[in-house]
Amino acid sequence: MSQAEHREIIDNGLWKQNPGVVQLLGLCPLLAVSGSMVNGVSLGLATALVMACASGAVALVRNIVPNEIRIPVFILIISVLVTVVQLLMNAFMYPLYLVLGIFIPLIVVNCIVLGRAEAFASKNPWGPSMLDGFMMGLGLTAVLAVLGGMRELIGKGTLLSGIDLAFGPQAKALAITVIPEYKGFLLAILPPGAFIGLGLLIAFKNYLDLRAQKRRQPAVAASPTAV
Amino acid sequence: MSSPHLAMASSVSVIMGKVMLALIPAIAAYVYVFGPAILATLALASLTALVSEAIMLKLRGVPVQPFLMDGSALVTGWLLALSVPPLAPWWLVVIGTAFAIMVAKQLYGGLGNNIFNPAMVGYAVLIVSFPVPMTQWLAPETLAAQHLDLGQQLAYMLLGSLPEGIRLDALTMASPLDTLKSQLQLQHTVREALALPIFGSVGGKGTELVAAAYLAGGAYLLQQRVITWHVPAAFLGGLVAISALFYGADADRYAAPWFHLASGASLIGAFFILTDPVTGPTTPKGKLLFGAGAGLLTYLIRAFGGYPDGVAFACLLMNLCVPLIDMYTQPPVFGKKGG
Repeated sequence: MSQAEHREIIDNGLWKQNPGVVQLLGLCPLLAVSGSMVNGVSLGLATALVMACASGAVALVRNIVPNEIRIPVFILIISVLVTVVQLLMNAFMYPLYLVLGIFIPLIVVNCIVLGRAEAFASKNPWGPSMLDGFMMGLGLTAVLAVLGGMRELIGKGTLLSGIDLAFGPQAKALAITVIPEYKGFLLAILPPGAFIGLGLLIAFKNYLDLRAQKRRQPAVAASPTAV
Repeated sequence: MSSPHLAMASSVSVIMGKVMLALIPAIAAYVYVFGPAILATLALASLTALVSEAIMLKLRGVPVQPFLMDGSALVTGWLLALSVPPLAPWWLVVIGTAFAIMVAKQLYGGLGNNIFNPAMVGYAVLIVSFPVPMTQWLAPETLAAQHLDLGQQLAYMLLGSLPEGIRLDALTMASPLDTLKSQLQLQHTVREALALPIFGSVGGKGTELVAAAYLAGGAYLLQQRVITWHVPAAFLGGLVAISALFYGADADRYAAPWFHLASGASLIGAFFILTDPVTGPTTPKGKLLFGAGAGLLTYLIRAFGGYPDGVAFACLLMNLCVPLIDMYTQPPVFGKKGG
């Protein structure tokens, strides 16, 4: 695989086909755990890890799996990997494991994981597939980080609160109180805040794309972008 | 408001002007019962509504002047101001109004395109986000041990400061519906609860006067044909029907229908909020369904839900059903058989 193709995969995962704000896949965990930045990034990274391994594994077995039963086989592979991640978090990041709760095992049913396995890994060799899975996961993590940061800042006036859950008590100093004595705006923390925030992020991404497009080809009429 | 075959009865600004005129008696009653603070809240909400509307119109690149002057933003601001507690801090009013106009109205495409009643979205955001200041109702003037004059009320609203020797607890109490709910949770009967001084002859002391003023304003709107009878009648009818059912089954645990009519946002909801032409259905049959559904939901939220009053949430939930209601109540095209 050439350099350009690798670049294309990275570009797709992080921006052009971003799972969070373009494909809108895996919205359930995206909306549910983005109440704070630390929660969002942790689940995002766990998903990225699962996706990289799952896409790689699916690519390795793609030629020996009968087409008719490929979906159950992919799901089995994914669920094995998710179980591994879940046990690892249970062992080494127990407080975070408790906070993320049901959403760790639910990575199995996150559409984006199966989506990439089916759309990319089942047609490509294992190297690019792993890269694709990982980059898609990182794209999701980026959206989770921004959305989580936004909701945390507006809702509680802090950033990175709960970072001690991931890195132990000595990391507690990293948490920032941006607005001292903030009374809180509960709506941002509650589910409606997730929907409104994601809507604003999608609008902002589209705005950036439109602006970039206009700048690139000022004379040519804008063609509808494929989503 | 009207289908393309009918001539528009009057312009948006005339209608909005009549709605605001119809709110005047209620505002007067408000001042009589709770003191002049509501006037400041109204002014603040009006200002916020106009500024937010102007900003959003400008950002959207549509002509600012004609849309700003149609009065619809002012009505939203007024309805929200009349929904928050009388001594609401300034930021509460500003956040609620700005959210109502910017998100619930303009982000959906402005007047005529919004799915949800903007004022009720603003109210829902506030009650969900700031439950404490949203449930501290000023005690009616006749009940309060201490009074604030206009200057002192303004000082509290703008700076959060109270005159020396006066605590907020002495000035505020739960709203009548809230009180009834907590009394029932303490295993008191409705009869015992309603003996408390906060309750008047049919609803809450003082608030029943405001409710009567809303009724008068509603009658004016009906007489002026700004609204039709369908939504108010169906809403109040639905509310009475289901509350009568529960009241008949167990009068100790469920308040009487007339109490529900005179309490909370029932009457402002029936005549001013649910009758919003943009977010309500267009056909008479649809309006009846819409109103009755809102009445049932309001009662269910009041009697069994977590919030003392349910008009706002009932309104939003029924707004959600409007496209469906409109689709199924569309009258058949003239000349077409069946329907």
